[in-house]
Amino acid sequence: MKELNPEKMSQEYYDVLKELGNIGAGNATTALAQMLQCRIDMTVPQVRLLTLQEMSAVMGGEEQIMVGIYLAVEGDVTGSMMFLTKKDTAKHLVNKLMQMDTGADFSDMDISALKEIGNIITGAYLNALSMITNLSIYPSVPDLTIDMAGAILSVPAIEFGTIGDQILLIQTQFSDEVALDGFFILIPDVESYQKILNSLGIQ
Amino acid sequence: MGNVINVGMADLKVCVSPDSVTTLGLGSCVGIALRDPVTKIGGLAHVMLPDSQAIKNNANIYKFADTGIEELVRQMVLKGASASRLVAKIAGGAQMFAFQNKTDMVRIGEKNVIATKHKLAELGIRILAEDTGENYGRTVVFYPETGDFLIKSVGKGEKTI
Repeated sequence: MKELNPEKMSQEYYDVLKELGNIGAGNATTALAQMLQCRIDMTVPQVRLLTLQEMSAVMGGEEQIMVGIYLAVEGDVTGSMMFLTKKDTAKHLVNKLMQMDTGADFSDMDISALKEIGNIITGAYLNALSMITNLSIYPSVPDLTIDMAGAILSVPAIEFGTIGDQILLIQTQFSDEVALDGFFILIPDVESYQKILNSLGIQ
Repeated sequence: MGNVINVGMADLKVCVSPDSVTTLGLGSCVGIALRDPVTKIGGLAHVMLPDSQAIKNNANIYKFADTGIEELVRQMVLKGASASRLVAKIAGGAQMFAFQNKTDMVRIGEKNVIATKHKLAELGIRILAEDTGENYGRTVVFYPETGDFLIKSVGKGEKTI
């Protein structure tokens, strides 16, 4: 197995990931718009390699309350994936889906709606990845938590931590009437990096 | 009131009373607070992974429970603490997400706690209190003056151990 260190990845690889991120997030946005039955615009995703400290800062600090959706990925590509969004953004999406405002906190019903939103967003994202690479990718049922950004990010940070000190973050901004920030973190196992690259014809 | 010194992820800091040390949003990571009650020198390490020997890319000694704790003790002794007087309080090691297939990675919080306790025992450092496990994040502040370890969680209020 070839040694892979995300800090030493080529520009070409970044461009590929950026493009995958773009298509994945585009797919996710379309799925979200269909679900919410409204028009949602999306900015070109930013793909960045960040240190752990920088990543918390991007999301508004370690103590920013975020909703994190995390799922395992199996098939040709193995690993995990996370989607994060700020609590207010999540609340906005849920209210829109339920077509009512249920106050500042999340009811059980809200959580279950949010899980469904997470399911659809991550599913659409992975579908795009699967189609482009022609690899089978099966997501598990996602789990959801609402907690401090630092605590949620410790999970992908630790997984990336076994190979380096930085994390690859894909940030997308969607907007309907307000701007909504969403963050994708794709965490393929080391062997899967190579598979993704090979399937795209990159050595 | 002294300064509050911030410790990032895979980082550690040493301070002397009346200063205090904090780390924000501990998830599966573990925060290890050490204190010399005589000199009131305190330190806090925020470690991410249990074992530096299990990973090839292990240059960052602050990242691992084994090397991180050793380094924290070393830096505290340099500041004038006595290694034999040190006592510990630990927090973190949560399992943030529940998964059906409990792979090694998923149980990382628990492993971090076990590795931390193992290293502290090896160095003869007694654990006075702990708040570990569960499924939520913690922000911690450690006061070397009193040895109080303040723990804040979302929706769970504050407690001092």
